[in-house]
Amino acid sequence: MTFTGWLTIVLFAVILTALAFPLGSYMAKVYTGQRVILSPIFAGPERLLYSVLRVDPERGQDWKQYAKSLIVFSLAGWILLYVILRTQDAFFVPHALNPLGYHSAPWNVTFNVASSFMTNTNWQFYSGETTMSYLSQMIGLTVQNWLSAGVGIVVAVALVRGIIGRSGKSIGNFWQDIVRTILYVLAPLSVFVALVMVSQGVIANLSNYLTVHTITGLTQSIAMGPDASQHSIMLLGTNGGGFFNTNSAHPFENPSQFTNFFEMLAVLIIPAALIFFYGRMTGNRRQGYAIYGVVIFMFLGAAAVAYIAEAHGSPAQHAAGLHTGVVSGSTGGNMEGKEQRFGIAGSALFDVVTTVTSCGAVNSAIESFTGIGGAVPFANLSASEVIFGGVGTGLYSILLYVLLAVFIGGLMVGRTPEWLGKKLEAREIKLAGLGILITPLAALFCTALATASKSGRASISSVALSKAGSNTPQGFSETFYAYLSQANNNGSAFGGYTGFIQPNSGNLGSHGITFADILGGFDMMFARYAPILFALAVAGALAGKRITPAGLGTMRTDNPTFAVLLIGVIVLVGALTFFPALLLGPIVQGLTGHLY
Amino acid sequence: MKTWQRDTISSVIGIIVFTVLLGLVYPLVITGVSQVAFPGDANGQQIKLDGKLVGSKIIGQDFGTPVLGKNGKPEEKEHVEVTTPDPRYFQTRPSATEGIPDNAAASTFSNKGPNSVKTKEADEENIKSYLELNKNPSTKGEYDSGLTVAKIPVDAVNTSASGLDPEISKANAWIQAYRVAAVRHLSLGTVDGLISKYTSGRGLGFSGEEGVNVLELNLALDRLEGKS
Repeated sequence: MTFTGWLTIVLFAVILTALAFPLGSYMAKVYTGQRVILSPIFAGPERLLYSVLRVDPERGQDWKQYAKSLIVFSLAGWILLYVILRTQDAFFVPHALNPLGYHSAPWNVTFNVASSFMTNTNWQFYSGETTMSYLSQMIGLTVQNWLSAGVGIVVAVALVRGIIGRSGKSIGNFWQDIVRTILYVLAPLSVFVALVMVSQGVIANLSNYLTVHTITGLTQSIAMGPDASQHSIMLLGTNGGGFFNTNSAHPFENPSQFTNFFEMLAVLIIPAALIFFYGRMTGNRRQGYAIYGVVIFMFLGAAAVAYIAEAHGSPAQHAAGLHTGVVSGSTGGNMEGKEQRFGIAGSALFDVVTTVTSCGAVNSAIESFTGIGGAVPFANLSASEVIFGGVGTGLYSILLYVLLAVFIGGLMVGRTPEWLGKKLEAREIKLAGLGILITPLAALFCTALATASKSGRASISSVALSKAGSNTPQGFSETFYAYLSQANNNGSAFGGYTGFIQPNSGNLGSHGITFADILGGFDMMFARYAPILFALAVAGALAGKRITPAGLGTMRTDNPTFAVLLIGVIVLVGALTFFPALLLGPIVQGLTGHLY
Repeated sequence: MKTWQRDTISSVIGIIVFTVLLGLVYPLVITGVSQVAFPGDANGQQIKLDGKLVGSKIIGQDFGTPVLGKNGKPEEKEHVEVTTPDPRYFQTRPSATEGIPDNAAASTFSNKGPNSVKTKEADEENIKSYLELNKNPSTKGEYDSGLTVAKIPVDAVNTSASGLDPEISKANAWIQAYRVAAVRHLSLGTVDGLISKYTSGRGLGFSGEEGVNVLELNLALDRLEGKS
C-alpha cells in the first residue's frame, strides 16, 4: 500500500461529492419542470419529440399507467435490438459498418445480449471486437445504453414524486420523464465525457482493423471502432458493456492514469447526484445527506478492504516465490489481471465503483482478485444496488430500504411508522419487502439451478477447475457471481464463466450454451422489472396519502441515528441472504490460502 | 383508443426516433468531431517509422523474433509462429490473449484465480523465462548480478488485464536495462535515462502508477543506435 493509493481513494470521494451536489440540484429543477441553463437549447426539441411520439406530457399517470408505458417501451427496445443483432451480416448493412463481415451470434446468445442491454445489465457473453459489427454497437447496443439508463432514472424520479406527493394518484408522466432525462441529463454529460476521453486517447473512428509490422518482424492486428461515443454513455448510464472484450482495461477504452480517475467519476456522478436530488425534492436536504452518509461510508469501507487485500498479493504469487511488497519502482501486490498504469489502488477502487453501482465495467479481471478482494464485489452486489447503485435503480432500491428501516424503527419505539409525514401501512411495507427480496431470490435460485445441473456447470471455465478436473471454490464463485451480477443488473463477471463458444473468427460455427444464456436472460429481466413494478407500486401507494405534521414522537430520518439504523438493516438483510453462499466461494479462498 | 394501444404507438415511434438520434447521429457526431479535433488520439495514436505503421503507442506488443526451425523456416505450433524474446528490446508484460501474445484483435483476461495451482504454475513459468532472459548464463557474467525470484517485480510475471498493457513498471525496466545495455553496448546510464524519458506520470499527480512505455522506449533505443 502507498500513500498515493490511499490519497486516490479519499480524493475520489471528495471530488465526487463536490461534483454530484450541484448536479443533484440541477436534476431537481429538470424534473419539476423549472427553467434550467439548457432550456433555451432543448425546449424546442423537447416539444418536437412529444409531438412526434404523440404523447401529452402534461397528462399525469397513476403508477399502473406509468408502469405500462415503461414496460411497453422497454419491450419495443428489446425486439428491435434482437432484430439488429440477428441481422448484422444482412445485405442492407454497409460494408464500412461491418468491416470484418461478422456473422450474427446464435439465437440463444442474442437472447441473452438483448435482455442484458435492455435491463441496463450489459452482461456480455460475447467479445466486442471479435463478434460485433460497428453498426450493431452503434444502433443496437449504444441506444440501449441510453434508454435503459433513462428507464432506471425515471423510476427513481417517479418514486420520489410518490413519496412527496400531496394529492391524487399521479406520479408523473413516463414520456416526459424519459425525454427530459435523455435531453437534459444524459446528452450533455455524455457528449462532454466522450470528447474529454477522446482528447486523452480513447478511440473514435470507423476504420478497418490496423495491420502493424513490428520492429522485430512480427505482425499485429489492432481492433478499431467508434468506441468513445458508446464508452461515455455506458459509464454515465452505469451500463458497463465494453466496446472491447476487456472493457475499461483495454488501452483504447481507458488509456491513462487520468482517464481511469475520470471514468470512475463518470460512473458515480449520476447515482450520487440522485441522492442529493432526493433531499432537495423532499424539501429537506438533510434527508439526502443522511442517505449519502450511509452510502459513502459503506463505499469507503469496501474500497479500503479491496485495496488492502489486493496490495497484500495472492496465495498463488507467494507460492511461486514472488515478493509482493512495495519496492522502488513497483508497488507490488496482486498484479494478475491488472494494468500497470492503474496499479493496485486504481484497480481496487474501480472495482468497487463498478460493483456498488450497476455499472459492471471493469479495468481489471475480477476473477483474479484475491479471495477477500474478490469478496468485496460479492458483498457490494449482495447489498442489492443500494451503495449508490445504478442510475435510478440505486435511489429507488435504497428508498425501499429506508422504508423498511422506518418500519423497523417504528416497531422498536412502538409507534405507527411515519416517513416524511406519511403513515406507512401494511401495503407499503409488503411491497417494499418484496421489492427488496426479489433480487436476492432470483440470484440464489439461478445459482442453485446452475450449480446443481450438468448443463449449468458446462459454463465453468477450465481455469477454475482443479488439476483433477473437479470443481473448485473458484468454479462456484464464477457461477454464483454470474447470476448475482445478472440479477443485480451489474454485468461485471468472473470472466471465465462462459455462455458463448466461438471457435472461428467472424462468428462462423459459433454456438451458445443455451442453459446459461436463457437462465441469465430471465434472471436479468425478472430481477430488473419486478423491483421496478414494486417501486412504482410503492410510489402509487404513497402518492395518495395525506401528510401529517411531524410530532414529538416522530422518528426522524435525517440524522446520524437513522443512518446507523439504515446501515444495520442493509447489512443484516444482505448478510442473512448471502452469507452461506459467500462462505463457499470467495471467503474460503481468502481465509485459507489453500491452492486448488 | 385504449392506453396500451397509445403506448405501443408511442413506443414504436420512440424506439425508431431514439435509434436514429442516439445510434446514428450521436456516435457519428462524436466520431466526426473527434476525427477533426483529435485525429491522433481518435485513431489510436499510430506510430509510423519510415512511413510504415509499427504500432500504436498505447497498445502493447510482443517484442519477440520468430524461432527458426531446422528447415530454416519459422517454427509453428498450432498454426501460430513460435517467438522468442529479442534481448535487444525491452519486453512487455505477459499476455493471456488467444493464439499470440498481445493479440490486439481479441483482448482477453487470463481469468486465473488467486488460489489456483494453475496460476502458480503460470507464474513459475514466467519467472523462469524472465530469469533466463535477464540472467543469461551463455554470456560472460550476468546482466544483472544477483537477480533472484524475490527481486522480480510482480508486473513482469503476472499477466495484464487487457493482455495489451503498453507499459511496465520502472522496477521491471531497470532490471531489463542491464540486459539491453549489455547487448547493445550502451552505458547503463544512457538506457536508464531513456527509461525516465518514457515514463508516464500519475494522473493529476496522484491517480494510478507510473509506467514505462515499452514501444516508445524500444524505438528510442533503435534511433540511438542508428545515429552512432
